[in-house]
Amino acid sequence: MEQLVQQLVNGVLIGLVYSLLAIGLTLVWGVMNVLNFAHGDFLMIGMFLSYWLYTLAGIDPLFSIPINAVALFLMGLFIYRFIISKVMKGPGLAQLVVTFGISIFISNFAALIWTPNFRSIDHTLLSGTWDISGIKLSIPKFVSSIGSILTSFGVFWFLKNTRTGKAILAVEMDREAALIMGINTERINSLSFAIGSALVGVAGALLATYYYIYPFVGGTFGLVCFCIVALGGFGSIEGAFIAGILVGVVQTLGGYIFAPSYKLAIVFAMYLITVWIRPQGLRG
Amino acid sequence: MGMHTISGKKLAAGGALLTLLIILPLVSSSFGQHVMIITFMFAMCGVAWNVMGGYAGMFSFGQVAFFGIGAYTSSFLVLTFHLSPWIGLVAGGVISALLAAAIGYPCSKLRGHYFAIASIAFAEIVRIVFTNWDMVGAAEGLTLPMVKESLTHFMFHSSKLPYYYIMLLFLLLAVAVCYWVSTSKMGYYFRAIKESHEIAEVLGVNVVRYRLFAIMISAFLTSMAGTFYAQYILYIDPESVMIMPISVQIVLVAMLGGANTVLGPVVGAAILIPLSEYSRAWLGYKGTGVDMILYGTLITLISMYQPAGVWGAITNLMRRGK
Repeated sequence: MEQLVQQLVNGVLIGLVYSLLAIGLTLVWGVMNVLNFAHGDFLMIGMFLSYWLYTLAGIDPLFSIPINAVALFLMGLFIYRFIISKVMKGPGLAQLVVTFGISIFISNFAALIWTPNFRSIDHTLLSGTWDISGIKLSIPKFVSSIGSILTSFGVFWFLKNTRTGKAILAVEMDREAALIMGINTERINSLSFAIGSALVGVAGALLATYYYIYPFVGGTFGLVCFCIVALGGFGSIEGAFIAGILVGVVQTLGGYIFAPSYKLAIVFAMYLITVWIRPQGLRG
Repeated sequence: MGMHTISGKKLAAGGALLTLLIILPLVSSSFGQHVMIITFMFAMCGVAWNVMGGYAGMFSFGQVAFFGIGAYTSSFLVLTFHLSPWIGLVAGGVISALLAAAIGYPCSKLRGHYFAIASIAFAEIVRIVFTNWDMVGAAEGLTLPMVKESLTHFMFHSSKLPYYYIMLLFLLLAVAVCYWVSTSKMGYYFRAIKESHEIAEVLGVNVVRYRLFAIMISAFLTSMAGTFYAQYILYIDPESVMIMPISVQIVLVAMLGGANTVLGPVVGAAILIPLSEYSRAWLGYKGTGVDMILYGTLITLISMYQPAGVWGAITNLMRRGK
């Protein structure tokens, strides 16, 4: 029983980081109907950025959060301007395939310059565990999930309360109508893509405090995020947040009950069953 | 329907091309033959993808599941029951088609990105199951025993030529099936479904049934290519026949050549596969991944500058030339 509660806690903790990742992805998906297969690789860039800031400059991953956010925001802007925006006018298939190309390029380029080896940051400000009546709570994981919650709510607040945020939501609801209302949809596209990347940058810094860092770390994160976003419902921020926690719990508990090697298969199976019953996702 | 009757000119061009393809391997190096075999194999998979992706509008990124099941079914039957790979070829195709129907049915309402993700999820489940399934060798995979070379054993040691001609025949079969689909009533139903499920339904098309037909035909053909691969390489494991990059390569071949055209994927494969095979041979041996970096760049550039396919551009030029 104690083991089960422990797994549940772990599941919620990783699930909250998934939520943050998925919110970045769902923003891009909702606003411009683009599935970004390089999302996980952006995460990898964020993790490596924190790693190098720590190794070369002694900056703790917690303090590299704003640096990561700005750096990945700019990277997102760049990639949108020079690649994504050009493909947006083309057929749907090209929009699906182009981010695969970016993903393969980024991960293999990282492997070339940083070697494919696994790395980790050993002595961060956050290390150790709390023991709460037998349930172990890893401090970096706990702080990361708090960071994810704060960032997610920050995004939510931004979208609901600022002019730009409302414009993003308007484009997500109806692109043509937004255009008629005088919203510069092209600017909203690039901004959403950049914000989505910045969120991944934040998640990268948080994950770097306890997760292994290597060039191909993005692959599984990316796939899991797709399932979360689709589960949460097309472009729904709240949906992605809830689905992220759900997937984290299902993955961890499923791995515990069946076998750890099947934990991703369980997530994918859950996705297939959900879209079978509700093709539009949980909140669509 | 004059569009679909093959003109004498086209027939002559096709005959000349076929003659060239029959003669070409006789004057090629062994590596050249290998590249052509792999090219045909991906061309076949691309043509198969086109049936469901190009015509019926279901963008599958999980074709590797059927490829892998084809490879595994025949190899398993050879190892366990000493059955001929040709029987395994049919068995793999039938299993793939049935599995495709079983997964396609619950997904029959899914479109666009949701379908793409479902196809990836399905293929990943298949990969994970095979990686952990002891009966099929789990992560270690299956190694086919060396037997005397013969057509019934689907195994040849002294030369790659028999593999080449078998693969060429397979490709022709796939092209014939795709041509038949595209010109039959079914092809029109597929296009209607691609345009809109609602309109197709109003026109009286049974959307669920015809989507399943498309997926099953596609799965059967892809599975055949998988069996061929197993007999050609003689060793398979989940990392070589069930990983997502193969699915992506299949989509890419179809997209580069031109989805929604019969010969597009063949043209796409003829451009992309030699490029990636030769760059791997020249740059990949160091294990630095430079070939993959170039490959990623190539995918990005194709999507940006040639998203509608090369074949469409070529036929447009020819039409304008007339």
